[in-house]
Amino acid sequence: RKIIFEKQWFYLDNAIGHIYGTTFEVTSGGNLQPKKEVEETTTETKEAGTDNRNIVDDGKSQKLTHDDIKALKDKGIKGQEIVQQLIENSTTFRDKTEFAQDKYIKKKKKKYEAVITIVKPSTRILSTMYYAREPGKINHLRYDTLAQMLTLGNIRAGNKMIVMETCAGLVLGAVMERMGGYGSIIQMYPGGGPVRAATSCFGFPKLFFDNLHEFPLSKVDSLLSGTFSTETLPSEPEDSTLMEEESNGLTDEKQTSLQETEQESTTEAAMEINRTEEPETMDINVEDPEFKENKEKENKENVREKQRKQWERRKKLIETAALLREKNADGLIVASKFHPTPLLLSLLEFVAPSRPFVVYCQYKEPLLECYTKLRERGGVINLKLSETWLRNYQVLPDRSHPKLTMSGGGGYLLSGITVVLDKVKSDASNLEALKMEEPSSKRCKVQDVDC
Amino acid sequence: MSFVEYGDTIKDGDTAIVFLGHESMFPVKVQHGTVTQTKYGVIRHSTDLIGKKYGSKVTCSKGGWVFILHPTPELWTMNLPHRTQILYSTDISIITMMLELKPGSIVCESGTGSGSLSHALIRTVAPTGHLYTVEFHQQRAEKAREEFREHGVEHLVTVTNQDVCKNGFGVSNIADAVFLDIPSPWEAIGHAKSALKAEGGRICSFSPCIEQVQRTCLAMEEYGFTEINTLEILLRVYNVRTISLQIPDLGKAAEDNSSTGFDSSNPSSQGSPCSNLQQGAVQFKSSVPLREMVGHTGYLTFATKS
Repeated sequence: RKIIFEKQWFYLDNAIGHIYGTTFEVTSGGNLQPKKEVEETTTETKEAGTDNRNIVDDGKSQKLTHDDIKALKDKGIKGQEIVQQLIENSTTFRDKTEFAQDKYIKKKKKKYEAVITIVKPSTRILSTMYYAREPGKINHLRYDTLAQMLTLGNIRAGNKMIVMETCAGLVLGAVMERMGGYGSIIQMYPGGGPVRAATSCFGFPKLFFDNLHEFPLSKVDSLLSGTFSTETLPSEPEDSTLMEEESNGLTDEKQTSLQETEQESTTEAAMEINRTEEPETMDINVEDPEFKENKEKENKENVREKQRKQWERRKKLIETAALLREKNADGLIVASKFHPTPLLLSLLEFVAPSRPFVVYCQYKEPLLECYTKLRERGGVINLKLSETWLRNYQVLPDRSHPKLTMSGGGGYLLSGITVVLDKVKSDASNLEALKMEEPSSKRCKVQDVDC
Repeated sequence: MSFVEYGDTIKDGDTAIVFLGHESMFPVKVQHGTVTQTKYGVIRHSTDLIGKKYGSKVTCSKGGWVFILHPTPELWTMNLPHRTQILYSTDISIITMMLELKPGSIVCESGTGSGSLSHALIRTVAPTGHLYTVEFHQQRAEKAREEFREHGVEHLVTVTNQDVCKNGFGVSNIADAVFLDIPSPWEAIGHAKSALKAEGGRICSFSPCIEQVQRTCLAMEEYGFTEINTLEILLRVYNVRTISLQIPDLGKAAEDNSSTGFDSSNPSSQGSPCSNLQQGAVQFKSSVPLREMVGHTGYLTFATKS
């Protein structure tokens, strides 16, 4: 299978059998495995200037022309050698300071020496990747904010968690990683089904999905009021289209994930490495045959299969409803494009006392309102509105300084702990909830149209 | 109760958190016959706590009330007895994620200090992982062991009393991750490398000073670590407040009615939903940063062994 990444295309076949973290060099079409440590070529250029007072930008310092460089490239010469040629043909290179020479070489290497490192998927990798590549898909949830959520929510093995997210399944994946297949997760989803494009990038074993449940958000109210029935399943007619949608989303995601990975270079490894992250190397072998099998079956006994699936879905839905009805969840994680207040006021009903909850929102104002409403409702303490700032550093001898400040854009968190709700207060809060319902349902309709 | 498993009711021997309100709380060890004094009066463990649900409101002798909370590493971090400077949850969260910790991970840590990070690490790697923590201060090592026993997590942690810079972690080729919070981390990088699994792993070093970071980075490079990355994370907490700003009297209002009309339409035209004119003042909801915040805890340097 051909894969495009960073304006390069290659096949992954050669990468199989190597350990994670192996660096590859791209040749014309396939993958080649070079040594892990490339000897630095800078040994002979120890000649350097002290400052740039005599360096004039006349645009003629590089003696090689564009065409020359293109010719070198077309000949298939190693990138390393092109860089060397560029250095030799730069008239100002020797006058540059040692640090500037370093910088020059690094920049050229980045351009001409295409190296790719294949690493194992993890929350760290995927969340930095998504934030850099597709921040819109995850509501601009920065990775340090996600890290906060996992800690504030006390996510761990054995929990029974409720997760409501519209972050492509990234938050769900992060929670699943931390729970390691122990305990259970109930994912609340809007629309026809949960989105798990990012979740599939983690390459979780099947076992992790055994205790992953899903429940439609549109059924929450009826579940809370006790009028819930399974007769009207959501999106029953859409069943097949949903399947298609999901699989489409998957392939889509795979492609984007490849392009996405380029930004990983912001992590700036010791040698400028463009890294890619390949859950596919494992997944494809495992999943592909299954997928085909499913398709064949569908063709053979399309109708029966559909009925069976519907029945299974209904059974799962009833199970999940029962899990929620126990109202003893160990925590609630919300990170969605929806207004957090109605979500929280309803979903907190399913959480046991003395358990943490965390709400993410890209904007602060909705969380201010949510804070106030939760105070009115009662049953929560230690409410905290917070934000984290992340600062990366360049650390080099005599050249250490902050790299970039990432203030704002990382989103805000509202967290707290549930406590037993006072009986008197709860009546008042019900009224509050009713008041909230009107605008919230309207909002949902608007969102539906968007989808 | 356990720090690695939720329980519903409070039992004898549990560590519980008494929440007095407004960031004020403290831990108690629940014991039959014991009493705890608070500013709201006395809590009698046998009748007021044992058998009650976590998260309940407990009325004290003076009629005041408190909430009793299930312990978590985060609550413990806010309430533990300090024996050293500790790491707070903000740093802990990014450390946990960047070290890629999860159930089953084997982690090495030094020094143990007050055990703030240790509890969080144990929580994350449980039930199948393990924490090897090294503390060269004998008394602190002892105290940490005692706490782990009390908190029901001793099976997940091994405390070793030795100097990590000289003697290492006491294990080799088994760790998925190493965390260093010591004055001279560069002296322990070699030991960290040998503690990590042969197939690789992650390392993190926490240092308050940039000079320490520089030496650590050089050492990491020397030992062949890759993906070296230094970062700093800061937490900003906001108070939610309703604020009211007075409309200045520019002298026009008294003479001219139309100008007051202008005044009242002005705030609404700004589109702020909470604003309403009240006796010459505009009210709105705002989030105010705390007057003082933590400006620096330490630099976190991460790297990969592969």
